[in-house]
Amino acid sequence: MKAYWYGIAALCLALWWPAAVAQGETAADVRAIAAELSGASLPKMPGILERLEAAGGEQVVPLARALLEGDLYVLEASDALVIGRSTGGDGFALEDPLDGTALGEYTKADLKKLRVNNRVRVQLRGMLARLTLLAKDPAVRERAVRNMLERPDADSVQLLRDAVVNESNAGVAELQWLVIALYDIEHSEDPSVRLQALGHLDGRVEPEVRNALQALLAEGADTPPQLRRQAQTMLSALESKIAFYEFLETLFFGLSLGSVLLLIATGLAITFGVMGVINMAHGELIMLGAYTTYVVQLLMPDHIGLSILVAIPAAFIVSALVGVLIERGVIRFLHGRPLETLLATFGISLVLQQAVRTIFSPLNRQVSTPDWMSGSLEFNAVFSLTYNRLYVLLFAIAVFVVLQLILKKTPLGLQVRAVSQNRSMARSLGIRTEWVDAMTFGLGSGIAGLAGVALSQLTNVGPNLGQAYIIDSFMVVVFGGVGNLWGTLVGGFTLGVANKFLEPATGAVLAKILVLVFIILFIQKWPRGLFPQKGRAAE
Amino acid sequence: MSNLYGQFSALHQLREKAPVFVAVLFAITAWASACNLLLPEDSFFHVSTFTITLLGKYLCYALLAMAVDVVWGYCGILSLGHGAFFALGGYAMGMYLMRQIGDRGVYGNPLLPDFMVFLNWEALPWYWQGFDQFWFAMLMVLLVPGLLAFAFGWLAFRSRVAGVYLSIITQALTYALMLAFFRNEMGFGGNNGLTDFKDILGFDLQADGTRVALFVATALVLAAAYCASQLILGSKFGRVILAVRDAEARARFVGYRTETYKVWLFVYSAVLAGIAGALYVPQVGIINPGEFSPLNSIEIVVWVAVGGRGTLYGAVVGALLVNYAKTRFTGIMPEAWLFALGALFVAVTLFLPRGLTGLVMERLPRREKLKEVAA
Amino acid sequence: MSVRGAFGELANRDQLWPFLMPARGARVDVSKQVLLYIEDLSVSFDGFKAINNLNLYINDGELRCLIGANGAGKTTLMDIITGKTHPDTGAVYFGQNIDLLGRSEAEIAELGIGRKFQKPTVFEAQTVYANLELSMRAEKGIMASLGSRLTGEKRDRIDQVLATIGLSDERALAAGALSHGQKQWLEIGMLLIADPRLLLVDEPVAGMTAQETERTAELLTSLAGERTVVVVEHDMEFVRSIARTVTVLHQGSVLAEGTMEQVQNDPKVIEVYLGDEH
Repeated sequence: MKAYWYGIAALCLALWWPAAVAQGETAADVRAIAAELSGASLPKMPGILERLEAAGGEQVVPLARALLEGDLYVLEASDALVIGRSTGGDGFALEDPLDGTALGEYTKADLKKLRVNNRVRVQLRGMLARLTLLAKDPAVRERAVRNMLERPDADSVQLLRDAVVNESNAGVAELQWLVIALYDIEHSEDPSVRLQALGHLDGRVEPEVRNALQALLAEGADTPPQLRRQAQTMLSALESKIAFYEFLETLFFGLSLGSVLLLIATGLAITFGVMGVINMAHGELIMLGAYTTYVVQLLMPDHIGLSILVAIPAAFIVSALVGVLIERGVIRFLHGRPLETLLATFGISLVLQQAVRTIFSPLNRQVSTPDWMSGSLEFNAVFSLTYNRLYVLLFAIAVFVVLQLILKKTPLGLQVRAVSQNRSMARSLGIRTEWVDAMTFGLGSGIAGLAGVALSQLTNVGPNLGQAYIIDSFMVVVFGGVGNLWGTLVGGFTLGVANKFLEPATGAVLAKILVLVFIILFIQKWPRGLFPQKGRAAE
Repeated sequence: MSNLYGQFSALHQLREKAPVFVAVLFAITAWASACNLLLPEDSFFHVSTFTITLLGKYLCYALLAMAVDVVWGYCGILSLGHGAFFALGGYAMGMYLMRQIGDRGVYGNPLLPDFMVFLNWEALPWYWQGFDQFWFAMLMVLLVPGLLAFAFGWLAFRSRVAGVYLSIITQALTYALMLAFFRNEMGFGGNNGLTDFKDILGFDLQADGTRVALFVATALVLAAAYCASQLILGSKFGRVILAVRDAEARARFVGYRTETYKVWLFVYSAVLAGIAGALYVPQVGIINPGEFSPLNSIEIVVWVAVGGRGTLYGAVVGALLVNYAKTRFTGIMPEAWLFALGALFVAVTLFLPRGLTGLVMERLPRREKLKEVAA
Repeated sequence: MSVRGAFGELANRDQLWPFLMPARGARVDVSKQVLLYIEDLSVSFDGFKAINNLNLYINDGELRCLIGANGAGKTTLMDIITGKTHPDTGAVYFGQNIDLLGRSEAEIAELGIGRKFQKPTVFEAQTVYANLELSMRAEKGIMASLGSRLTGEKRDRIDQVLATIGLSDERALAAGALSHGQKQWLEIGMLLIADPRLLLVDEPVAGMTAQETERTAELLTSLAGERTVVVVEHDMEFVRSIARTVTVLHQGSVLAEGTMEQVQNDPKVIEVYLGDEH
C-alpha cells in the first residue's frame, strides 16, 4: 500500500517537477538539502531524500546511486558530502555528488561512510527508478526500463503502468509493456491477464522472455491448457529465432576471422604467386605493422581516434620497407631455390622477433581502440556486431579491392602479372623483373603491415603476434590456390567460417585440427587448390 | 656370382666411410664413458654425468638430423614436421617410463599416472594399455611415427604435393599435433607432458651407470642407423631417390613409381626420428608438447643445412656443432641465441648452400667429389 | 577422393606394394599393324584448346615426324600419351588392347613407351653410368631396387649403349658435367636401354652440331622397324633427312599427313606453316 502511495507521489512529482524548476528551485537549494544528509540520523533520511528528489530531480541520481551502493561519504575535515571510489588499498578518489567535479585523493581515515538501512534502500531504489524511468531523455528512460527487465518489482511496475500511457517514444513504450507483461505472467492470478501479457512477449528475444516462458511451462497442472499451449508455441518460435541469431553471430565471427586470414593471406599469396617464394617472415611483418600502430599511438596520445588512420599508411610503409630490404638483401640471391628461401626467411623471422623482444620487451603492449571503433552495433538483445570486427571486415575487403585494382589497372600490376605468368618471357620483353620482384615483395609485405594494424585492434600485440595466424594463412593460400587472389578470398572466408562453426561443437583446438586435416585431405583431390592455374605453365 | 658382386658393391659402399664414422663415434663414446665411470670425480679427466647426458642428448639430435637429411638431402623433401615424429617416439617411451613409476607417484596410484589422478580419471585409457611392457613400447616407438609418416606421405606424395607446399603442410601437421597434445583430454599430460620418471627396465634413471648405458646405447643406435642408411642409400634404391630429387618427372617416365619410393623413404626417416625421440626422453627426463612446436622442427633443418645435406656425416656434424653452440650461447647470453640462430639460417643458405662438409669437399679433387654425389 | 575410394586404393596391393605385383602379362596387340591409336582427342587449358578433336594413327615400326608451329599441340600430345596430362575427351590406345588414359607415367613407361624431353633431362648429380643403370628395363619396385645387383649381362648392355651414344669415356662423369649435346645423347641412351616399343622424341637435335645431328638421324632411322619412333622437330632439314611419313599439326588437329613431298605441296600446309619457307 505504501508503495502505491509512493508511486502516486512520484507521478505527481513527475508532473509537477518541471514546474518546480520554473518556480525557481536553485542548485544552491539542492545542495543545501543534500548537506542535511551528512548529519542525519537514519529515521530522518527518508524525509530528506524525498525533498531532495523533489528539488533536484535527475541531478541527484548519482548521489542516490552512490548512497545505495555505499559509496557516499562525509569528508571529516569539511563535513562535505562526497562520493568516494576506492583506488586500491586505503586510497579513495573523491568527487562531488552533485556536479561530479573531482576533489582529489584521500585515505580511508579522512572519510566517514553514510550508512543506510533496508527501508532507505527500498526508497532509494524507487527514487532512482522514478528519476530515470521518467527522465526527459528517451535513451535514459530506455536504459532504466531495460534495467528492470531482470527482476521487475511491484512498485516499479505500477509506476510503469502509469507511465506507459503517456510514453511518447514507441520503442520505450514497447519495452515498458514488455516489463509489465513479464511481471504479470509471473505474478498475476488471472489467466486472461496472463494470456494477454503473453501477447506483449511476441517477437522479443530477450533472455528474460525465454526464462518467463520456461517458468510458466514448468508450473503445475493448474495452469490453463490454453495458456500452456500459447506459451509453448511462443517458446519454440523464440528458440528458433534465437538459434537464427546465434547462427548469424557465428557467421559474423567466422567472417571476422576470415577477414583476418584474408588480410594475411593476400600478402602471402602475392609473394608466393608472383615469385614462388614462401616468406616465413610474413608473420613478423604483421607484427611490425602492429607495433607501428603502438608507436604511432605513443606519439599522438591525445588523438587516439586519429592514430589508427595515421597508423595505416605508417604500418604499410614500415613493413614494405623491411620487406624490400629482405628481398634485396637475401631473397634475390636465392632465386629459383624456394626451399632455401623458406629457410632464410625463417631465420629473418627469428631475428625480427628477437629484435622486437629486445626493443619493446617480451610482454604484450597495449594498443587502445579508438572510441569510434569500440562498442557494438546492436540489433536486439541477442544479436550485436562489435564495431572493431566490423571495421576490420570492411577494411580487409577494401584492401582486397584496392589490390585487385592495382593488379588490374596499373602498369605495375600488368608487369607483376606478366612476371608471375612467364618470368623469362617478361624479362625478354624488357620488364625489369628485379624491380618488379622488389616492388611485389614490398607490396605483399606492406599488406602484412596493414594486417598488423587490423590485428592490433582485435588481439594483444606481442612478439608472437604473427605466429598465431601464419600457419592458418598458409593453409588459406594452399586451399585457395596459388596465384589466384579470388581463391584467397574464398579460401579465407571459408576457413574462417568453418572454424567458427566447428568451434561450439568441438572446442577451439579440435576445430583448428579438423580444419588442418580437412585441408590435407582436400589437396588430395585438388592439389592446386580451389582455383588452380591451369596449363603447361603451372608445372 | 652376380649376387656376390652385388653384396660386394654394397659392402664396398659401406666400407668407404662408415668405418671411419663408426670408429670415431665409438672412440669418443668409450673414452667419455670410461672417464665417467673409472676416474675419481676430482680427477682432471673426469667426465661428469651431466656431460655424459649432454653428449647423449647431442647424439639423439644427430640421429634426428640424419633422419631429416635422408629425406631432405637425398630426396629433396624438406620436412618441417620431423619434430612430430621425434616427439611421438618420445611420448611412446615416456608412456613406458610413466607406467614404470607405478605407485611411487605423488598420489600413489598403482595404475594411473599422477596427472590422470589429478584429472579425476577413473581408468587407464585404452591407448595406454600395454605400455607397461618394454617390448610393446618399443614397438610403438617404431610403429606410431612410421604409420603417421605412411598415412601422411601416402596422401601427400600420391597427390604430388611437393616443394614448399609439402614443407608448409608438414609444418601444419606438427602444429596440429602440438595443439592436440596441449589438451588435457588427450590423455598425455597436457601442458606438463610426461615427467618424474623413476627407472627404465628396473635401473634407476638417476644412476651414473644408467646414464652411461643410455649414452652408449644411443651411440650404438646412431652407428647402426648410419650403416643402415649408408646401405640403403648406396643401393639402387638410393640412386632412384637421388633421381627423384633431381628430376622426378624423368624418373617417372623411366618407369619408377616415385611416390612409392618417397613414401617408404619418408617412413624410414620418420622411424629414425621416432627412435631418436625414444632415446632422448629417458636422458632428459621429460617429454612435453613443446617438442612438437614448428620452431623445433625447423631447427633440425638448420643443423642439417649447417653440416651439409646430402651427406650423412654432414648431418651428424651439423647437429653436434649447432647444439654445442646453443648450449654455450644460452648459457652466456640467452637473448642472443635467437639472433644467432636466425643469422645462421640466413648465412648458411646464402653462403654455404652445401654446408660445412660441402666447403671441405670443394677443396678435394674432382674424382672424390663425384664419388660423393654418386653415393 | 571419397574415403571409400581411398581405402580401396590402400587395399590395392599392386598399387602400394609393387614387389607384390604380378609379372606383367599384358602384351601389346598389334595384329592390325597399328601401334598407337589416338581418336577424337581434345584438351583445353583455361579455354584454350591445345588439342582439338585430334585423330592420329601410328603404325607399328614406322618412323613418324610431327611438325607444326609453336602451340600446335605437339608437346601436349606427348604429355597425354605418356600420362602427364589428362585429356578432356577422346581415346588413346597402345595397340588394340591397352587403354593408356588413366594410367600413371610409370605404368606407361613400363608398357614400353619411352620419352625424350624437349629440354634434355638427365639425373645430373649421378654418373652417366648410373643414369643408364637407372633407365634399364628391369623391375622398378622398391624391394627390387634395394636388392638390385648389376649382373654381367646388364653391364654388357650398358657398355653397349655407352658405345652407341659415344659416351664410353665419360661413363664415370657426373651427367651434369656433360655438354648440352652429350646430354641429348645420354637421354637418347636412357631411352634405348629401356628397350621401349615406342619412342617419343621431342626435338632431339636442338643444340647439336651438324655432325651430331647426322649421327642422330642415322640412329633414329636405324631404330625404326624394330621399334616405332615418333619425332617432333623444328629443324626441317633434319625432318627431310629422316622422314618417311610426316604429320602436320595445326591448332591442335591434324592438318595434313603424307610423305615430305606430299606435305610440302599441300596448299593448306603451304598457307599456314611452310608458306614462309618457300
